[in-house]
Amino acid sequence: MSSDVSVAQLAIVGAGPAGLSAAVSAGLAGVRSVLIDAGARPGGQFWRHSPDAKTGDPKLTDLLQTFESLVAGEVVTYLSGKQVWLIQNPATGGFILQLNNSGTVAEPAPHRVIRAERLLLCPGGYDRQLPVPGWQLPGVMAAGGLQAMLKEHQVRPGTRILLGGTGPFLLPVATALAAAGASVVGICEANTVAGWWRGCREVLSAREILAGKVIEAGGYLAKLAKYRIPYYQGAVITRITGDTHATTATIGRPDGSTIRTVEIDTVGMGWGFTPSMELVLAVGARTRVDVDGSLVAVVNGRQASTVPGVWVAGEATGVGGADKACCEGQLAGLAVAVDLGIKVDAALAVRLQRKIRSWRGFGAALHRAYPVPSNWKDRLTPQTVICRCEEVTYSAVQDAQGELGADSPRLIKLVTRAGMGWCQGRLCGFAVAGLCGNSSVVDHADLAAMSARPLAFPVTLGEIADSSE
Amino acid sequence: MNFQIYFDSVPIPAEPGQSVGAALTAAGITAWRTTRREGRPRGLFCGIGICFDCLLTVDSLPGQRACLVRAAPGMKLQTDGGDDEL
Repeated sequence: MSSDVSVAQLAIVGAGPAGLSAAVSAGLAGVRSVLIDAGARPGGQFWRHSPDAKTGDPKLTDLLQTFESLVAGEVVTYLSGKQVWLIQNPATGGFILQLNNSGTVAEPAPHRVIRAERLLLCPGGYDRQLPVPGWQLPGVMAAGGLQAMLKEHQVRPGTRILLGGTGPFLLPVATALAAAGASVVGICEANTVAGWWRGCREVLSAREILAGKVIEAGGYLAKLAKYRIPYYQGAVITRITGDTHATTATIGRPDGSTIRTVEIDTVGMGWGFTPSMELVLAVGARTRVDVDGSLVAVVNGRQASTVPGVWVAGEATGVGGADKACCEGQLAGLAVAVDLGIKVDAALAVRLQRKIRSWRGFGAALHRAYPVPSNWKDRLTPQTVICRCEEVTYSAVQDAQGELGADSPRLIKLVTRAGMGWCQGRLCGFAVAGLCGNSSVVDHADLAAMSARPLAFPVTLGEIADSSE
Repeated sequence: MNFQIYFDSVPIPAEPGQSVGAALTAAGITAWRTTRREGRPRGLFCGIGICFDCLLTVDSLPGQRACLVRAAPGMKLQTDGGDDEL
């Protein structure tokens, strides 16, 4: 067998909170795994850190210590800087994963193909976006991208920054930018803190979580006051303007009225998170639409998907944050061990299931408190870019819908090329699905159609040729 | 520990572990690609390897994501037609 093909009992995709927890949990139970991750270091988007910095999160420090000993003991084979661009499930059983390099590691491992008997998908997610007039200008970024620049690359992405969208994630981004010396001219939160409080009170099972989160939120609000960051509630970024770079942004009400226009050099946006679903769809696992309108995997109480031999953990089962992801990853690791006939701590599994239920309850409350406003389409102009890759405007989408009768995302994609560019609809998929139909509820088939990617990442023709050897 | 990389032959400082996109941003450069249809400038958007807006050519290899590729001493970056070059 050539050196770039390896065989594993278990392949884990993604080394964020879920994947890392799973590799450790399965490894401690005696399962040998290969952990594949696009990043340079384990931790994913949540525990993003620079090479010489500690994140300060003791949970990561603990996990990494065990993880490193499992890697040293060759229980876990850790492949950083690698992304999975294709998963095949041959009739002979098991899974074949085709890998290429993400670019984050200068000299990545030679592994090109992983054959695994079992598969655990922990692909995480990314900031969900809604089109806004001017959002294609340089200087406008995803809120998570601004945070990554600070946390991992030690660069302050701008000097006058406006943030907008919805959800508590905007708060740590704002305070981190301010702490790095940027002037954060405002946060536009489409919903209100009162809504958050109402949503959370409904979740009695999540009482302990709630207490911790109220303290955390209080801490952020105190920091907003310290850095004098205006927190506009029930407000949205209605327009961004500039010639070759964003220079002004308008803060307004959802009905379109203007509060003020501010001079900026950077804008950060995020409307919650979108799970990365291409690999889940590629293996044929059943999906559903979650409370927040995200496409997520259907899993049972052991994190098993509807496809035998495939488990899913973390954001891909429902956006719920790092604590939920850690519990799910840990449980999935145990479940794989059980599947291999290894005896595990049953009481631990039950405790994890209970915690996961609480975190899912909390996540659902958060989604209800920070919904994507159904009237986001009202702020689009005919020239607003919907699909950034293929530069498809709102008027082009409307023409396709009206004159050409394209009434589904698939038809809109075929007619306009929206979702056909480099990102394969990762950014515009939610918006295009939302532009179909009259209701604010996103249709499952529409969302699944915009989330399926036969090749998860762009590859060269050479890589495709090599894969068929 | 700092070193230099080159953007269209112009030297730019970078640090170990830094993405080339972050190094460009620190140097005040926020756009390095023009779109295929409208010829509009683009740079970083998602910042985490999802959107492919920040594509550039790194040491003659086109279509690389600036947000992911780690800077290395002497690395040569060039603006990229992006869409057409793979």
